[in-house]
Amino acid sequence: MPDTVKLEVFRYRPEGEGAPVYETFEVPYRDEWMVLDALNHIKDHQDGTLSYRWACRMGVCGSCGMTVNGEPVLTCATYLEPFLPGPIRVEPLHGFPVIRDLVGDLEDFVEKLQRVKPWIIREEEKPTSEGEYLQTPEEMDAYKRYSMCINCMLCYAACPIYELEPGFIGPAAIALAQRYNLDSRDEGARERHEVLAEHEGVWSCTFVGECSIVCPKDVDPAGAIQRYKVDATLDFFRSLVTPGRSP
Amino acid sequence: METVHHDVLVIGGGGAGLRAAIAVAEADPRLTVGVASKVYPMRSHTVSAEGGAAAAIRPEDSLDEHAYDTISGGDWLCDQDAVEVFVQEAPEEMLRLEHWGCPWSRNPDGRIATRPFGGMKLERTWYAADKTGFHLLHTLYQTSLRFPSISFHDEWFVVDLLVDEGRCHGAVAIELASGKIVALIARSVVLCTGGGGRVYPFTTNANIKTGDGMAFAYRAGVPLKDMEFVQYHPTGLPFTGILITEATRGEGGWLVNKGGYRYLQDYDLGTPEPGPVKRSMELGPRDRLSQAFVGEEEKGRTVTTQWGEVVHLDIRHLGEKLIDERLPFVRELCRKYQKIDPVRELIPVRPVVHYMMGGVHTDLDGATPVAGLFAAGEVACVSINGANRLGSNSLTELLVFGARAGKRAVQEAEDAPDRPPDAALTQALDLERQIHGNLLRPAEKGERVATIRDEMQASLEAHAGIYREEEGLTTARDKLRELRDRMAGVTLDDTSLTFNTELLHYLEVRNLLDVAEAVVHSALNREESRGSHQRRDFPERDDDRFLAHSLVRRSSEGEPEVELLPVTITRWEPAERVYGK
Repeated sequence: MPDTVKLEVFRYRPEGEGAPVYETFEVPYRDEWMVLDALNHIKDHQDGTLSYRWACRMGVCGSCGMTVNGEPVLTCATYLEPFLPGPIRVEPLHGFPVIRDLVGDLEDFVEKLQRVKPWIIREEEKPTSEGEYLQTPEEMDAYKRYSMCINCMLCYAACPIYELEPGFIGPAAIALAQRYNLDSRDEGARERHEVLAEHEGVWSCTFVGECSIVCPKDVDPAGAIQRYKVDATLDFFRSLVTPGRSP
Repeated sequence: METVHHDVLVIGGGGAGLRAAIAVAEADPRLTVGVASKVYPMRSHTVSAEGGAAAAIRPEDSLDEHAYDTISGGDWLCDQDAVEVFVQEAPEEMLRLEHWGCPWSRNPDGRIATRPFGGMKLERTWYAADKTGFHLLHTLYQTSLRFPSISFHDEWFVVDLLVDEGRCHGAVAIELASGKIVALIARSVVLCTGGGGRVYPFTTNANIKTGDGMAFAYRAGVPLKDMEFVQYHPTGLPFTGILITEATRGEGGWLVNKGGYRYLQDYDLGTPEPGPVKRSMELGPRDRLSQAFVGEEEKGRTVTTQWGEVVHLDIRHLGEKLIDERLPFVRELCRKYQKIDPVRELIPVRPVVHYMMGGVHTDLDGATPVAGLFAAGEVACVSINGANRLGSNSLTELLVFGARAGKRAVQEAEDAPDRPPDAALTQALDLERQIHGNLLRPAEKGERVATIRDEMQASLEAHAGIYREEEGLTTARDKLRELRDRMAGVTLDDTSLTFNTELLHYLEVRNLLDVAEAVVHSALNREESRGSHQRRDFPERDDDRFLAHSLVRRSSEGEPEVELLPVTITRWEPAERVYGK
């Protein structure tokens, strides 16, 4: 094993030099280090100006997504070891405007998440005094997978459609809409349909499937999108044969 | 300087903050609520909680049982009126979460499932597999998006509170993306910034847990309560400090030393049975289990690894099916971060700093002695956790007291003055000058802020850990004074206004130093051993002198002063803590 490894890090400071550059840092190599540990070493000991996000360093807060040697990954869950002997190229997630260095602008996602109404919608809410809504483990299985999304944005970074068509609602937001649509406690599918059935909703997706490949939590957004398309199509045809029903 | 006005300002977007914001929105939709958080709310550390949240709902359980477990678990330092409110409101809060969509694990009949947890005599821990905090946080965040009166200032770092003549008028924040300094003016302010585990080097806590709200309150003259009580969780992964949930033991996991021996039986924690026995052995409280580890280490019965001494957590006998169904995250974490599979291998673990029982001194509604200022969640000390928090009480606490603080903040907002005094705005301008004028001015190279942080953490670990004594605590106290002086000589490489994380970290380390000082001074003053605070030089609990909370305040000279406040006893007279019987 080498003593050190080189990282080529994407640097961009809007009020500074203008064009982004790659800066090379040499850090100690340790078997148990993740890419994030190497970045922290740079920040603490070599260059305090390096900017990136991180928090839980256990793969659940979703802060530290970056592009490492071309792949979108959580840097707190990606060892240095497979990239030896290096150099290892670290860039911000693709598809997002860069604020600075490795920090992307995520406001677009937050706005889209809100648009799909990711909360329980019911015509009547039952008071807590009447206890829980019953939900069997099988009913929970229907949506559980989609509830595991940590909003890390790797799927947006991997999605070729989002890059070309920034209005696309995108994999995570659609998976989260489905998480509620498929929840036995929810009655909001029709309201969400207005957003999902728009051109920039599910129909933008050409089922490339990259989103599900890069997802660190096995959420399978591509599956969520395909399933929604099938359901929406069936619903449309049903509406043609059932009077009084609109898609 | 730019100012933004809200009726209620919530600082921190984790579980407590979001619950408080929703409580305000539900109580009075005409009031505007601003949530200022240094990270996007779903990044908050609530996300890392694993095992579950306690609320008595089973027919054989009762509120009194939950209260008794909590009070004895806290070594009689809990305020019993607070505990009574807590256990009473817990079930409704948890059900509300269910109605908002939280995917609580279920029994086959569709009802909420519960699991055993440490120090609890009955099964009352609700869980969402072993990602309870994650699901709870995302449910709260997604639900909060429903309310038009709630607006988010994501990635705004609060620098300090604006307090004048005993009333809080808001806070000053940096918008990280632009570096702009903004005065957030509000009629009432709720602090929900979490704990400060990062005063120690080895912790389950996220990088963002820097005790910000505790330091804001402390600097504003609010006392911090019971800061000497720092919880070590007995089972962290040895290199990363990643938490392996107590639910592993609730489901039947064993702790064994290097001889494969279930050593807890030697520490007055009961006798080993094959299956989990509540309030016994591996289901004893966290303080006692972490102390037992030190005992094993001193007897030379721990396992030496490249990451230091460890014991083993054995869950192999639970079987792959149960592990995948109820502990999937544990398996994922072990595989990814420790490169082992707990279905077939032993998990190396050692105690790790996990939670601060102490915090901002509040009453049962989260109100602090400063008018218009409230606190809830780990940042606060109500106190329901006493000298040792029971596992699965903290998620419930942030719901119950987040909601109470939010509701109380609504009343306060209605009574507050219409506009802040000029003095508060002057404070805001001073802070702007300090940051833009001093910290971001290019200067001759001084010390790095990381150096100060590392030395602080090393000192706290060495002298304010599981066992403490006067000599070490005095050393730590002097070290902190030295570090405070050296902070003046720290310079930043980064003078940019755009997303300046070095400036952010400088301000965080300033907060950590305040928290560390409060921990060490309170620990020095408490000459007894109780719960998580174990003094080698005072090994016994001393109810005559210390059946009381520590309140630490910063004096006008800048030095911390500690005084005692008697514990509120309602129905449970102090007694010996008994486990394993």
